[in-house]
Amino acid sequence: MTSPTFSRRELLRLGAAAGGGLLVALQLPVSARALMGAPVDAFVPNAFVRVARDGAVTVIVNKAEMGQGVLTSLCMQLAEELDADWSRVHGEFAPVDPVYAHPGYGIQMTGGSTSTLGMGEPMRRAGAAARAVLVDAAAMRWGVPASECSTAVGRVLHAASGRALDYGELVDDAATLPVPADVPLKDPARFTLVGKPTHRLDTPDKVAGRAVFGLDVDLPGMRVALVAHPPTFGGRAKSFDAGAALAIPGVERVFDVGSGVAVVADGFWAAKRGRDALVIEWDEGPNASLSSDELAARYLELARTPSDLVARRDGDAEAALASAHDTYTVEYELPYLAHAPMEPLNCVVDLRADAMELWIGTQFQTLDHAAAAATAGLPPDEVRLHSTFLGGGFGRRANPVSDYVVEAVKVAKGTGAPIKLMWTREDDTRGGYYRPMWTSRLRAGLDADGALVAWAHTIVGQSFIKGTPFEGFIIHDGIDGTSVEGAEDLPYAIPNVRVDLHTTDVAVPTLWWRSVGHSHTAFVVESFLDELAHASHRDPLALRRELLVGHDRHLGVLERAAQEAGWGTPPQPGHARGLAVHFSFESYVAMVFEVAAVDGRVRPVKVDVAVDCGRMVNPDTIRAQLEGAVGFGLTATLYSAITLKDGRVEQGNFHDYKLLRVHEMPEVRVHLVASDAPSTGIGEPGVPPVAPAFCNALFALTGRRVRRLPLRDEDLRA
Amino acid sequence: MTIHFTVNGRAVSVDGDPSRPLLWVLRETLQLTGTKFGCGAAQCGACTVHVDGRARRSCVLPVLSLEGTAVTTIEGLAGEVGDALVRAWTELDVPQCGWCQTGQIMSAAALLSERREPSDAEIDVGMSGNACRCATYVRIRKAIHRASALLKGGAR
Repeated sequence: MTSPTFSRRELLRLGAAAGGGLLVALQLPVSARALMGAPVDAFVPNAFVRVARDGAVTVIVNKAEMGQGVLTSLCMQLAEELDADWSRVHGEFAPVDPVYAHPGYGIQMTGGSTSTLGMGEPMRRAGAAARAVLVDAAAMRWGVPASECSTAVGRVLHAASGRALDYGELVDDAATLPVPADVPLKDPARFTLVGKPTHRLDTPDKVAGRAVFGLDVDLPGMRVALVAHPPTFGGRAKSFDAGAALAIPGVERVFDVGSGVAVVADGFWAAKRGRDALVIEWDEGPNASLSSDELAARYLELARTPSDLVARRDGDAEAALASAHDTYTVEYELPYLAHAPMEPLNCVVDLRADAMELWIGTQFQTLDHAAAAATAGLPPDEVRLHSTFLGGGFGRRANPVSDYVVEAVKVAKGTGAPIKLMWTREDDTRGGYYRPMWTSRLRAGLDADGALVAWAHTIVGQSFIKGTPFEGFIIHDGIDGTSVEGAEDLPYAIPNVRVDLHTTDVAVPTLWWRSVGHSHTAFVVESFLDELAHASHRDPLALRRELLVGHDRHLGVLERAAQEAGWGTPPQPGHARGLAVHFSFESYVAMVFEVAAVDGRVRPVKVDVAVDCGRMVNPDTIRAQLEGAVGFGLTATLYSAITLKDGRVEQGNFHDYKLLRVHEMPEVRVHLVASDAPSTGIGEPGVPPVAPAFCNALFALTGRRVRRLPLRDEDLRA
Repeated sequence: MTIHFTVNGRAVSVDGDPSRPLLWVLRETLQLTGTKFGCGAAQCGACTVHVDGRARRSCVLPVLSLEGTAVTTIEGLAGEVGDALVRAWTELDVPQCGWCQTGQIMSAAALLSERREPSDAEIDVGMSGNACRCATYVRIRKAIHRASALLKGGAR
């Protein structure tokens, strides 16, 4: 999930400007028509929809379905304007083609919670255009003006004569008619589908085990490959003895692919046993002494000197701190985090002499496709990438360097048969591309009346944008927007604010992780504000109210969550509440967390979540994403850390990189705040407020302020 | 060495490495890919199947141990408990990414087969071996209660 702060805003403007730019993308280029095979028994008005003779509507979805519900919500938006019969609508993943590019980035990708924002209107336009042609076809058939016809539930109706035709009956006529370039869209007040809780289209297949994920793809003659990766980042195999591996029945080949030593076998188990039997002498490279403890010490040291790279400067924070009545200085530390999608990373490759096909659940079709073609030495036109469902993404399947895709193609080159590259859980946990480790140092100044007059925030961490195609979009004046988002846009009315950034150069590969920069800044900002409220003897809600004057949407969710949670009324004995509010991915989320002391431990009990993500597409998906975000955020708060010692990642599987389980999940009550603003992100915005709301509740219960995640055992004593 | 057992009522004979876990027989040999690989170490429950009616983690179950057993996977889940769970899971749109859900359903089926009306505490015990990275736990709990109500016939 990517998070390009700046271009997300550009995207909003693009969406608001609508018309021209986006419509161009809807003209079907020759390449996409060829890829779709121009079915003869269907009406194909544009790259996003097909109507078949039997009336079935196929929506071509250019986004990765990784759990966030985008398959359903994009289909809903197209079907809404088409007035399709929803029971006959299904989605299909798009091939790789420029027509399916992200309207902000120009590549086919899913991230930054931008799918609804970026694709909602194009999907509506595609549906509206298709509907207009079907109406024209019916009007011609009947010899009546199109203006006398209406549509509903997959049929064109002529009320005056009582006639009706199913869309399927109009397919052949419609296919001969021109597709209008600009068709007016419905007034949202007339929506019959969008805005209503709607069952997900992918539920039945996922429940039955029929949904096809990358790891489920099978090809005739396919082999399974595992790669033994070096124990250190930047290491490589100096030499290896494949004898014992090749002696295992089923193991066919062992060879170096640069990123490690590949073992190709007739199935997973043989490949696994073969890999276990390999004897490899590693050149551990330059990072064999990396230690996250040492790194943390270095980060703290750096944080103690503000950086010249200033992301936000209001007034003069240093001068205001110097003359403040009271000052507070705190340091917050957050670890590297693995994405840990439940489906381990994988890629299926069928490489032939002059062409290649790949099957992969990916957030980055364009980049994976290009990297695969380049690795194979094939022209991009000879490479086809088939998108599958993703067994979780969270940003890990959006890697600008396409690490496991390149590795898979290299394995295929050395095999001479179709291959499935699989990463085990340990490979995934130790394979890098983590949410960066972050340290923040904050200083605040209060005047004699207790008013907050100065806020200085120094952030230390790695940039995963530097050196990627996203650099021009996201790094401005040397500041990586994903490092400071959620901090540089501090909404609170404080006259003197300074936010600056030290970007570190560390050999640990890092990447966006669900909610990206907000995954650290919301914790730091919302925790410190809570500290300042308590330090100045003010109610955390009252202080936020005071400082958020004019930020109506922040206040809207904050008041709603507070009211639903009963903020201001005494909690049950042994219980306490904490709150947080955060804006990310153009959406607003507030949470009031209730915790309780149970058997001497602090436990999460209940969380009231209020959200404003603009006009809702599928309210049930919004609820689901927020319920899930609470669990995802709690996992990071309570358990998650990737640590390094002697250059090696110390975690490997779910016993030491733990996930929250059902018995630890609090009650989640989601409150939807109605809005007519543009529809904005929902996959990520629920994550950032979880840690601060929980830790603020923990403080309210125990008086213990936690400034380091994940929590330690002693932090949770009650 | 040939191991004989049944999968979803069908007789299966498996040769070769007797240490090979059942999961790979299901996914690679029988093309039953509804059973998922998540950890390979009985840590996550994505690979949960029933062996003689009991929930087991197929990723650590050597085929050697299966002689004469009856294995049921999500593809063969049937009967009133299975039907109620599928209906409840669908009504509540439990899955997000979906990878762990078949394992969740198989664990829930084993639970409901023993306890038709499990308490929250019993759900905690029966389901805590199944991890969900999307954290769909709120709905998993609800769906088990819903399936239980469907089995009672009271909540149609």
